[in-house]
Amino acid sequence: MIIDILSWVCLFAGGLLGIVGGIGIHRFPDFYSRLHAAGITDTLCAMLILFGLGLQAGFTLAAFKLALIFVFLFFTTPTASHALANAALHSGLKPTLDMDGRGVRP
Amino acid sequence: MHGILKMKSYSFAALLFLFWVFLSGHLTPLLLGFGVASVALAVFLSKRMNVIDHESYPLHLSSQLPAFFLYIFKEIIKANIDVVKRILQWQGSTISPQLLDIPVQQASDLGRVIYANAITLTPGTVSIELSQDTITIHALTEEAAQELATGSMAREVSNRVLVE
Repeated sequence: MIIDILSWVCLFAGGLLGIVGGIGIHRFPDFYSRLHAAGITDTLCAMLILFGLGLQAGFTLAAFKLALIFVFLFFTTPTASHALANAALHSGLKPTLDMDGRGVRP
Repeated sequence: MHGILKMKSYSFAALLFLFWVFLSGHLTPLLLGFGVASVALAVFLSKRMNVIDHESYPLHLSSQLPAFFLYIFKEIIKANIDVVKRILQWQGSTISPQLLDIPVQQASDLGRVIYANAITLTPGTVSIELSQDTITIHALTEEAAQELATGSMAREVSNRVLVE
């Protein structure tokens, strides 16, 4: 029962973070800052959803597979983000920077 | 040297097979046979591609790795909260994107990659260019940039990940 509640809290928070990440992708001004918003869905959102699903699965083979998915996400998502950002930089996309310290309107 | 490579191939095969068993969960002779065959093919291909080397073995990882993971989880959660706040703040300017170069002290390729990955994993900072002794970072806010410039994450990676 407690595990069920905890699992639902995790799943719900994870889903909410996914939505927030989506809003961020729409709101931020350029490609590079949008990557940061996508970073939320990559990290905490995915972690919470996988953890919530793991709680539902209990100590089974399915939970082990979820843990493996988590490990692979942990290593591959930063690599993918880096590859995207690096490709954008090398093809000449200039980031919108805050030069005068007054901030950029999202 | 050749003997070590052979040892590594065997232990690689054993690990792969264990991995296969855990993923499949089937223990009938036919399916185990398929598993053995695919492991043999994978090891053969890896040897031909020369990807079985010192980096594919976690022997040089530090015993403090769990502490590092704990640290990185904490950083990820902190950074997530910060970025979520900035996304949801409807009024006023809330982000100030920055580009900055930070020095890299890690001597090995693996150490540098782990540091760059750790930076990218925390939302709010993305490593966009990795060279021999600097990483170029795109940071969403000035605070995130300054936090990285203090080098506390670099110290964590140096002290707790690799035995160099």
